[in-house]
Amino acid sequence: MNTEFKIVKAEEIIDEAQRLKFDGYHLMQQCSTRTADGYELVYSFGKALDVLQVKIILTDGQPINSISHVFPCAFLYENEMHDLFGIDIQMISLDYKGKFYRTAIETPFK
Amino acid sequence: MSTRSVIPFGPQHPVLPEPIHLDLVLEDEKVVQAIPSIGFIHRGLEKLVDKKDFHEMVYVAERICGICSLGHGLGYCDAVEHIMDLEVPDRAKFLRTMLSELSRMHSHMLWLGLLADAFGFESLYMECWRIREEILDMFEMATGGRVIFSIMKIGGLRRDIPDDMLRDFRQRLDSIEEGLKMVSKPFFDDVAVKNRLVGVGILTPEKADLLGTAGPFLRASGIARDIRSTGYCAYDKIEFEPIISTDCDSYARTVVRIKELYQSIDIMRQCIDKMPAGAVDVPVKPNQFPNGEYMARIEQPRGEALYYVKANGSKFIDRMRVRTPTFANIPALVDILAGCDFADVPILVLTIDPCISCTER
Repeated sequence: MNTEFKIVKAEEIIDEAQRLKFDGYHLMQQCSTRTADGYELVYSFGKALDVLQVKIILTDGQPINSISHVFPCAFLYENEMHDLFGIDIQMISLDYKGKFYRTAIETPFK
Repeated sequence: MSTRSVIPFGPQHPVLPEPIHLDLVLEDEKVVQAIPSIGFIHRGLEKLVDKKDFHEMVYVAERICGICSLGHGLGYCDAVEHIMDLEVPDRAKFLRTMLSELSRMHSHMLWLGLLADAFGFESLYMECWRIREEILDMFEMATGGRVIFSIMKIGGLRRDIPDDMLRDFRQRLDSIEEGLKMVSKPFFDDVAVKNRLVGVGILTPEKADLLGTAGPFLRASGIARDIRSTGYCAYDKIEFEPIISTDCDSYARTVVRIKELYQSIDIMRQCIDKMPAGAVDVPVKPNQFPNGEYMARIEQPRGEALYYVKANGSKFIDRMRVRTPTFANIPALVDILAGCDFADVPILVLTIDPCISCTER
């Protein structure tokens, strides 16, 4: 398992996703972790049994573009990150507008 | 001109006790689009890292699901052990491998029973679940539990499985294999089964890869991706090849799972034959805490599961994130539903072997 994380700027994520897709990678998962002044997003891409991890550092309130137009399955992970952490992800191909998870409190992981 | 209508399907499924909802856009009897809706029972278990220390989180991970609980405990432990640089003893690795295969058999037999039930083959359904009871008996002997096992711990296993019990397991596997031969025959040969499954719900290899599909659902589309091939636990010392089918349909998914049952029996026998002696855990000191991040991945019965752990050097970790196989398989489910007959929807949902409990962790 590759334990290294490649740091990518938020505004470069679509380019990075397109490059990885061209190289034959598929999207394995996207997740978020709360930090003191924002969020760390980890996107995992796989090719056969190899893994490439991409990390994006976001400040509070900083938006990021969706990669669901590059990897269609991303819409699930991105709606999850929006509903649990309140991350502003723009242009999700299927945007549930905060109704993906029926949680008792809004953005419970924020 | 065909009539277009939207039919809400779920959240109850004819044979699944867990909620998943689909808005099905139909043209006459054909589904043209399916919009999934989950989140009815999201529990926020990952948030418990704020209240439970990294040892206690093993129990939380196990409670993500009552079918895949062993694998969830294993995946979380594997991630933390990598962060803490703990070398798990060989015997624990082999026992973990053996129990993982027992878990796969338990899950696949459960699914086969549900599939038979969906066809109305009630005696076949009950026979599948009777065999599953034998598997659960083995779990109870080995761990004391039939649903939540609590045998995984950071550094190995909580208890050893004695050699005489392993010899008994070997005999029990013969009995299970005989039962499996009996129940697999109708799935392979029955006309009614083939009529409902062959050519239904085609998922091409290109789509399967693009949509991030996992497990038997992926391998039934001809992609030989099985995370056991990475050699975690003792899989690097076991001889096996990923089971695939190139037919890409619902029948292929059934055949792959049945063949995986035989493969699991074979892997368990290899584990018992090659079982090394020695301890089953490496001690973790009270003042030893994880610091770092790692993403472990294991092959759960339903496919690849990912366990991301980020720790800060204290007893409370920052983040545990579990990407379950069913979550990864929802986009491909939506893809195969488009173009199918409305009557095939319940079977197609079933053929991905969905585990909503895992998904709603």
